[in-house]
Amino acid sequence: MSPENQAMQDDPNLNPAQFWVMDGQSLWQEKAGKRDVSCASCHGESGSAMRGVAVRFPKMSQGKLQTLEGQINQCRVSRQHAATLAYESKELLALTAFVASQSKGLPIAVIETAANKASLQQGRQWFYTRMGQLNLSCAQCHEDRAGLKLGGSVIPQAHPTAYPIYRLEWQGLGSLQRRLRNCMSGVRAQQFEYGSPEMAQLELFLMWRAKGMALESPGVRP
Amino acid sequence: MSKTSRTSITMPAQAKKDSIIEIRAIAQHDMETGYRYTDAGKLIPRDIIRFFTCQYNGAEIFRAEFHPGTGANPLIIFTTIATESGTLQFEWRGDDGYEAFNQSQITIT
Repeated sequence: MSPENQAMQDDPNLNPAQFWVMDGQSLWQEKAGKRDVSCASCHGESGSAMRGVAVRFPKMSQGKLQTLEGQINQCRVSRQHAATLAYESKELLALTAFVASQSKGLPIAVIETAANKASLQQGRQWFYTRMGQLNLSCAQCHEDRAGLKLGGSVIPQAHPTAYPIYRLEWQGLGSLQRRLRNCMSGVRAQQFEYGSPEMAQLELFLMWRAKGMALESPGVRP
Repeated sequence: MSKTSRTSITMPAQAKKDSIIEIRAIAQHDMETGYRYTDAGKLIPRDIIRFFTCQYNGAEIFRAEFHPGTGANPLIIFTTIATESGTLQFEWRGDDGYEAFNQSQITIT
């Protein structure tokens, strides 16, 4: 992270992701679905009850591994009787940014449990398995070569501490799953689908791997 | 058809007379360049902010023209001299009837 990047991220008035957080706050209070209730109806007006939530996702919920986006959609369907929000849609990104920002500064708290053990192991396997035409695994760049350079950019350890991120390359906000798909495209692999179990397993492993690190959401990245 | 979006202004609320103050103004806007294509090969038309102005107690003190090269959610940082207490008004105008307004008060000490 360059100093300029860090400065843009830390200043709430400069961080472009602020607009998504504000949109998310509006959506939080907006009634939706056949039951005509809002997120606020159950979880409180200000959203502050969401503090500590984002740092615990992905997690097992009713026997299924859910990411934060998946949980938001699950609430929409089962509690609001509304349609799911599409992955990478403005609305889902705004709500995710709003919920995640409530945990800004808190340490990531995803741990191995009896319930998520199998998913975590599967996620670990995805991380260490070679894939794609270039036959590379995540670990080969992000563990073995972290700190070295790829095409002029420093290879990070790839901890998802700031998602959803405002990526300057995207000129907009995007989720961790979008970023993972970019990586898979980069090694010319079949990309995991948005919202798929494989994505959730890999996210779970990545968050477990980053446990203890402070959440910076919403972040700014080049 | 008029559209608008969120904007945010950062500037001091108070300043010494005749000191230089820094103003930061950011507007939520995708700034579609008009040079991109959809996956189906169709050109996405240009849709950008064109003008930004700042008025200090009614007098224009800063004006900028934006072009397609300007990135999304454009941030503009400029300075002015804090001459008197009053209101700074900010206005953005762009394609498809886009307009956005914001304002900020300053007190001279």
